[in-house]
Amino acid sequence: MSEPIEITVDGEAVPGIAGQTVAGVLLAAGRLSWRTTRSGAPRGVFCGIGACFDCLLTVNGVADVRACRRRAADGDEIRTQTREEGA
Amino acid sequence: MNRTRVVVIGAGIVGAACARELALAGFDVLVLDRGRPAGGTTSHGEGNILVSDKGPGAELALAQLSARLWPRLVAEFEPRAAAATEFDPKGGIVVATTEPGAAALLAFAGTQAAAGVRTERLDAAAVAAAEPALTREVTAAVRYPDDAQVQPAGAALALLGSALHHGARLRTEAEVTGARVRGGRITGVRVAGEEVAADVVVNAAGPWSGPVSARLGAPIAVRPRRGEVLVTTPMPGVVRHKVYDADYVGAVGTGSGELQTSAVVESTRGGTVLIGSSRRRVGFDDTIRPAVLGAIAAKAVRLFPALANAAVMRAYGGFRPYVDDHLPVLGEDPRLGNLWHATGHEGAGIGLSVGTARLLRELLTGEEPSMPVAEFTVDRPAVLA
Amino acid sequence: MTHVVIVGAGPAGLAAARHALAAGAEVTVLDQADTPGGQYHRGAAQRFDALLNRCTWWPESTVWAVEGKRVHVLRGPADGADRQRHTLEPDALVLATGAHDRVLPFPGWQLPGVFTAGAAQAMAKGEGVAVGRRVLVAGAGPFLLPVAESLVHVGAEVVAVLEANPARTVLSGWSWRAAAHVGKLAELARYAGTLARHRVPYRTGRAVIEARGGDRVREAVTARVRADWSVVPGTERTHEIDALCVGHGFVPQPELAVAAGCHLDSGFVRVGDDQRTSVEGVFAAGELTGIGGSAAAAAEGAVAGWAAAGRTPGRALLEQRDHTRAFARRLAAAHPIGPAWPGWLRADTIVCRCEETTVSDLKSAAADPAAPGPHALKLGTRAGLGPCQGRMCGAAVADLCGTPERHHRPIAQPIRLGELADPKETPA
Repeated sequence: MSEPIEITVDGEAVPGIAGQTVAGVLLAAGRLSWRTTRSGAPRGVFCGIGACFDCLLTVNGVADVRACRRRAADGDEIRTQTREEGA
Repeated sequence: MNRTRVVVIGAGIVGAACARELALAGFDVLVLDRGRPAGGTTSHGEGNILVSDKGPGAELALAQLSARLWPRLVAEFEPRAAAATEFDPKGGIVVATTEPGAAALLAFAGTQAAAGVRTERLDAAAVAAAEPALTREVTAAVRYPDDAQVQPAGAALALLGSALHHGARLRTEAEVTGARVRGGRITGVRVAGEEVAADVVVNAAGPWSGPVSARLGAPIAVRPRRGEVLVTTPMPGVVRHKVYDADYVGAVGTGSGELQTSAVVESTRGGTVLIGSSRRRVGFDDTIRPAVLGAIAAKAVRLFPALANAAVMRAYGGFRPYVDDHLPVLGEDPRLGNLWHATGHEGAGIGLSVGTARLLRELLTGEEPSMPVAEFTVDRPAVLA
Repeated sequence: MTHVVIVGAGPAGLAAARHALAAGAEVTVLDQADTPGGQYHRGAAQRFDALLNRCTWWPESTVWAVEGKRVHVLRGPADGADRQRHTLEPDALVLATGAHDRVLPFPGWQLPGVFTAGAAQAMAKGEGVAVGRRVLVAGAGPFLLPVAESLVHVGAEVVAVLEANPARTVLSGWSWRAAAHVGKLAELARYAGTLARHRVPYRTGRAVIEARGGDRVREAVTARVRADWSVVPGTERTHEIDALCVGHGFVPQPELAVAAGCHLDSGFVRVGDDQRTSVEGVFAAGELTGIGGSAAAAAEGAVAGWAAAGRTPGRALLEQRDHTRAFARRLAAAHPIGPAWPGWLRADTIVCRCEETTVSDLKSAAADPAAPGPHALKLGTRAGLGPCQGRMCGAAVADLCGTPERHHRPIAQPIRLGELADPKETPA
């Protein structure tokens, strides 16, 4: 469980531990929010168990992945999401 | 002042539009709904205002009349209602992906152009510019600038709100159970054991206008035809027009009870993408079938390969008021005087509602109708079957 | 052999699996997570190896639709794009899909750093991550205690645990005799010990009524509340914190049961004495049938598993179920939601987090003279139309607009358009 992994978030390297969810890696790295709503407000984890969909992000090119439900894999490329046109 | 008492049955978009026109004409209007306004077919569709899917004839003429009326009406709504209507004249693009499909589409568009519909043939570069996510395997594409979209429940509430503002009244949770008849004419309706007197009754109950007409003693053959729509998570800007496969026109025109699907893809103001469409005759069974959703998805992915990874978060279905000859029903019942039917618009009721209501007003006030209405008559085999 | 499919590998589902096996059935267990245990047995997955070795165990398996007892499954990483599709046609289906936190809206609840109590628990117990350094835990219900304990264990400073209900209401549920009967005393004593050692105050009759901060939560405003949760003016206090964990009890996740056609009673799946729903061959256990915690869930799962395998549950199983359920109902009654909670809302408070629909958006739509029903309200305000599909705001919208909550989500979990389009389903 303590094997180190590394993912990138918008190109920036973020270290984590195998077994953590993407949300767990981001929170442990001190990132509280990574998505913006239509009004531009920041959002991160809220429910932590896949019910609220606040923590959506893009994993390896696939959008709308719940960060709290997806295990982080070494080398995952994460992109944050907005709701602006063409994003 | 015209104080003819009119009862409109159904507070969906057709009933709301009729109530508004009649209230503006000075009628004493009471709208009855067995539930709440815009709770049935109106809130279970995409909100289409289309000319593109109709070939020359009475229905196209009604669509053209309606398309002219919509922007004028929206301009008359009070600002909050106008905003809630979300009227978007974004235009439609119909595409073919096979050679025979291209020939059929272009021939069809030619007949429409001759009937006064604005059509613009798009070449490959123009299609790609207009809809970057669309398949490159397009053999022909036609843009229809006059296609538009509304948020259908918002539009219905705006029409109904305007009707109420002009003196109409509304009773919700009021199911009509029968008719009061005197001398071969309807003189009122029964609602929850009580009689409501009326000089004219308008049956605008959409897919339920068949059962309603039977309760009133003058059955018409309007039946439910089910459709389903998929909704993706918000992905603004990916789909810009209403885009559909030329097959759609064929599916609308069939009478088969078997499952028909065709790709119809468009965005909403909220950024979600709506993906249709299906047509099945299953009575009032409202179960959503995964197999039907799969068939819709398969056609949509062929049209928009870039949507393969889109997350579908919701599906909803509704019942369209279907008549065997695919024409709306508008007119007085030949068997029961003063009973009028305004129904049978199948999947086009949102768009056609305002034209239908205008014609109803003209017919009831004795004005010259804006267009010929003979083909919509109740007195035809498909309706009285 | 009777084939029983169990959806959800939490306490209810695992007990159902154990008893269905004991009753001679062939058992398939599905869960969205890649390890068994559900929200309750986090980090204790290996405990269930022996049991799951005797079942067909499908982790990372998302049920996105059901038709009666036919189950449509996607197998692969959560929210992935190329998961395999399967359809299962069991003789009996046991739904044990659990619950999630209910959080009542309050001004600022959408700020990053405001979490549900369940999120804090999942991050602490599942990943060893503290959601903040200085944390306030607030809301209602016994679940706040283990959350505070977990936060302390991962090194957070817990400023206080606030229970909105008055002490007399809370105590009425925690009768010694009842707690002892279901083995809850030791657990309670442990929480009390941990909180005391770390000098974490537990206060009743106090609620969080606002979260403040620009881009993230920096302050929580709490106030004394009366038994109906109306705010006592002048009792407001501001706490400097970097995380706020809130839970006002739980709501079930009934969409699969609704799609199967099961009847609900005020949001919970209606079950008979052997956990049978109104649909032939479909059983429900755990939080779906009433919020009861892990012991009641396991006891219900045992009955459901046995009955799903076609056997008649014996007296012992039924009595265990009835005892744990009675305690759970009593506990729930000790932590009710005060009907005056909307008093802490403001016109611009967000209710639907996804679509950012505010209190005034909802109130003005509901006051429309054209009297829109629930469908039209939803389309007009967009409340409930976002990615969570009303899971977070549904109950609050129902309270504020006076419309019923439907839990109608025929696509129970998102499916990629390409996955849905795939004609070749993988055979089971």
